Amino acid sequence: MDRVILHSDMNSCYASIELLHRPELRGRPLAVGGDPEARHGIVLAKDEIAKKAGVKTGMALWQAREVCPEIIFVPPRMYLYLRFSGLAHEIYADYTDQQEAFGVDESWLDVTNSCTLKGDGMTIAQDISRRIKRELGITVSIGVSWNKIFAKLGSDYKKPDAITRFGRDNYKELIYPLPASDLLYVGPKTEAKLARYGIHTIGQLAKANPCFLHSFLGKMGYVLSVFARGEDQTPVNHENAEVPIKSIGNSTTTPRDLMTYNDVSVIVYLLAESVSARLRENNFLCNVVEISVRDNGLASFTRQKKVAAPTDITSEIAKAALELFKENYRWERPIRSLGVRASSLCAANTPWQISLFMDQLQRERKQRMDRAVDDIRRRFGFYSIQRGISITDATLKSLNAKEDNTVHPHSYMEFGNRTGIGSAT
Amino acid sequence: MEPEVIKKYVQVIAKFSPEGKLLPLCVVWDDGRKFEIDRVKECVRAASRKAGGVGLRYTCMICGKETVLYYEENYKWFVEAKIQRG
Repeated sequence: MDRVILHSDMNSCYASIELLHRPELRGRPLAVGGDPEARHGIVLAKDEIAKKAGVKTGMALWQAREVCPEIIFVPPRMYLYLRFSGLAHEIYADYTDQQEAFGVDESWLDVTNSCTLKGDGMTIAQDISRRIKRELGITVSIGVSWNKIFAKLGSDYKKPDAITRFGRDNYKELIYPLPASDLLYVGPKTEAKLARYGIHTIGQLAKANPCFLHSFLGKMGYVLSVFARGEDQTPVNHENAEVPIKSIGNSTTTPRDLMTYNDVSVIVYLLAESVSARLRENNFLCNVVEISVRDNGLASFTRQKKVAAPTDITSEIAKAALELFKENYRWERPIRSLGVRASSLCAANTPWQISLFMDQLQRERKQRMDRAVDDIRRRFGFYSIQRGISITDATLKSLNAKEDNTVHPHSYMEFGNRTGIGSAT
Repeated sequence: MEPEVIKKYVQVIAKFSPEGKLLPLCVVWDDGRKFEIDRVKECVRAASRKAGGVGLRYTCMICGKETVLYYEENYKWFVEAKIQRG
């Protein structure tokens, strides 16, 4: 028997929540974006009016103002959005215990086993949609299908406040003409590759020979073929499925573009401080340090390297990050944002082989120093103690990366490839 | 003309039952006037589009008239206050 899977997506989530709380702003173009003064300048979400005017998520605030001069910017209130997300999950929990969040505003629900009690997929979708509107005051788009991929397509198919059903009877007619890029995991690069072979729609992708797709997309070729044919079998997680921490990272859009190596080291040290403090807080050591760099043309890359010994020491993480940066950045453009990430984590009490060529005593001293700094900050505030390097630039030092944490959607394959195709295929 | 509605936080005297149920008893207005709640007809989670807020909505009878009172997620009570402009 086919599963019944819903994908529920809150329509312009952040903007809708802001509009609900600020009736006086309704009927005017609105964008939720970072503090324009601190130049955390991008649009995180926009309402329908701003969308029609051509404002896009990810635009810099000044660009948004160019296409839509009367736009109003409001700073984001993450705690509010998370609370709404939690309330929505409470509603979903009335229908199933198999619900899986995809970011703050999207969720998959497997309601197969509730259908005998609560009606078919469409009935449940209508019920949920009505309740969210009444209880939370915002609207959702819901997709109903027999697999997660098509359910997600369904919630994107018609917006806002709509329900779309893709069943075995109508999916070929409705889904096959959609552009391939609507599919999860078909980004601009894959789209271009597919286009080179004349594959533009999901239908063409579904009809293409999987082995042929494999020849130029690798294993993802099989996965995409399965996605397009609606044969994805990835289950919806149970709501309390623990996501193991795989990495700890911070990134930031800097208050001004970074021009020199010194600018970069200020930010890298700030980020490394935050990352290492979080490692210590969670009792982890990391084996790999990763950086991500984005220049002001929005081109970005990430690089990673293994460190000599598992570490949570700020200066070691910063040093590794700066080495990576030096080896990989050519200064063709100034830098817009930087990130530092610690991965390949192990528990802090894992035994490991001390190297003969490393001054372990010195390392332990550094660890104690870092912990002392953590303690001072805990008691007297973040800015009570700072590195000398951060005083070299007044605008850059105003960053408190640890408390400016962002929420990222999880990866679809966070729990491994469960699409139903094994590596043997 | 339709009166304009604004969100107005108010003082509320309420009762907690031993089971943890929260029941509003009396709304106290800015000027000190007290309005006894005769009966709570309904308590559901709901959003107020008009005033702009979300929480538990208590539908109450006050002086023979039906009024809604919201207990917001931030632990404040608000009403949809009607104000006449002009």
